[in-house]
Amino acid sequence: MTHNTANTSGFLVRQPGLMTLIQDAGRFGQHGIGLTCGGPLDAEAFSWANRLCGNNEGVTALEVSFGGLTLEAQVATRIAVTGAELPLKINGQEQELWRSHAVNAGDLIELGYATNGCRAYLAVAGGFDVPHSFGSAATVSRESVGGLNGGKLEPNDFLPCAEASANGCLLLAEDHRPAYGKNAHLRVILGYQKQAFSDLQIARFFTSEYETTDRSDRMGYRLNGPEIKPAIDGILSEGICHGAIQVPADGQPIILLNDRQTIGGYPKLGSVLSLDTAKLAQLTPGSTITFEAVTIDDAHNLNLLTKRRNAVIEPQAC
Amino acid sequence: MRVEVAGENALILYLGEHGEAGVANRVEQAARLLKQELGECLIDLVPSYASVLVVFDMFRCDHLRVRQGINKIKGLLSDESSEQGRIVTLPVFYGTEAGADLEQLARNAELTTDEVIQIHQAGEYRVYAIGFAPGFAYLGDVDERIAAPRLSTPRQRVPRGAVGIADRQTAIYPAVSPGGWNLIGRCPQRMFDPDAQPTMPVQVGDRVRFEAISRDDFFALGGSLDDA
Repeated sequence: MTHNTANTSGFLVRQPGLMTLIQDAGRFGQHGIGLTCGGPLDAEAFSWANRLCGNNEGVTALEVSFGGLTLEAQVATRIAVTGAELPLKINGQEQELWRSHAVNAGDLIELGYATNGCRAYLAVAGGFDVPHSFGSAATVSRESVGGLNGGKLEPNDFLPCAEASANGCLLLAEDHRPAYGKNAHLRVILGYQKQAFSDLQIARFFTSEYETTDRSDRMGYRLNGPEIKPAIDGILSEGICHGAIQVPADGQPIILLNDRQTIGGYPKLGSVLSLDTAKLAQLTPGSTITFEAVTIDDAHNLNLLTKRRNAVIEPQAC
Repeated sequence: MRVEVAGENALILYLGEHGEAGVANRVEQAARLLKQELGECLIDLVPSYASVLVVFDMFRCDHLRVRQGINKIKGLLSDESSEQGRIVTLPVFYGTEAGADLEQLARNAELTTDEVIQIHQAGEYRVYAIGFAPGFAYLGDVDERIAAPRLSTPRQRVPRGAVGIADRQTAIYPAVSPGGWNLIGRCPQRMFDPDAQPTMPVQVGDRVRFEAISRDDFFALGGSLDDA
């Protein structure tokens, strides 16, 4: 592990908020030793925070769940906050999300609590300089891996980063900003144990409304709605991919996300597209979910199109 | 062999049923061959009891390319063990002091605690899967005489190094965690050490033997009976 500890410029955590985690694109290729992926729940908002700071998309930034983060700048640089709608103040002055802002040593950056959506992302020009564990800075609290000490930010933590120019303000035009709300339509590829669910069960799943519950976290979102019963109780433990829809004995689906266990023994109906788990992760409990079936070819096309579309959107100078 | 879609960038190969002769060998070979065959298409692999999850980079390779790779290695799989497989011996301090459930398990099995230890130690176990938590290796199969269902009320805190039995599986807890396996002893060796190379002493496909050690040896090897 090589790490430059000489960096003494950065940000001091005054208040960590409810759950603020250091994240990069995620940890990959480590399932063999039981490590999960981590990474931002809303990859779209995360990569925009980085792009607005002039960074590559996967650079180390903060995922601020629900809000409440206060940082003190001890460096001159640029920051950007994207994702959930929450009040952003710099030295008490309200500032716009989805654009970068110059900050100076001594500035106080306050993120209030989310009023729409629940995951905000704060990036800094050049990224936070956090050592990698198993190839990534992504924090997975359940595994005590990544971040500064394997967990969420604590008061007085120090987030090192290099100084950067105040110039280079960028904003994302409003038309391109995602809208968060109280419902989401999720596209699903049927797979895994799909044959263990009867046509009736599958029809019920795709024609019903489900609700998000408070039993939801970075491992997975538990839904509440019409029961879906597979013909089998359990399966031999097997690998679980991102977005997998696990159906335990109570018939209430769980959508597994970034911090999921890598193997498990509950039947799975298929998986939600990552484009849509990003929307799911912005929902608060009591939101409404509907599902639609797509093929894996559709999923490839949708991902490629989205990637292409995002690549041609240029942030505007401000 | 059956291939199912798992997700937008994942396929899962089913290589038979658990307990079927040769299936664990086919899993181990498939994982190894796919790593070579898929190269930069591959993001990660999760080998387990009778399946391999293949996670691929959908921006480089589509699922058809991955299926092609799977078809290519299909004919190369054999039920025979391709190599002798590493044998890893792990020390265990067995006993009621280190294993809170040993007495109850022995009683239910109508055996003495010494007999339980003897049977556990006599086995050679295969590493079927790694998951649940970093470094948690599922080992099997445990002799039917000492197989025991999970505790009806799982413990909030199982100490690091605890050796447990659940049904016909056995494992060593790599870190403090909640858990419902029947504890019969404690292993002083770290099963997951981020600073060590390799991080884990075992990998999927290895075979594990347990060697009973004394209380003194347990401490000499760095073991601790603390709750942490």
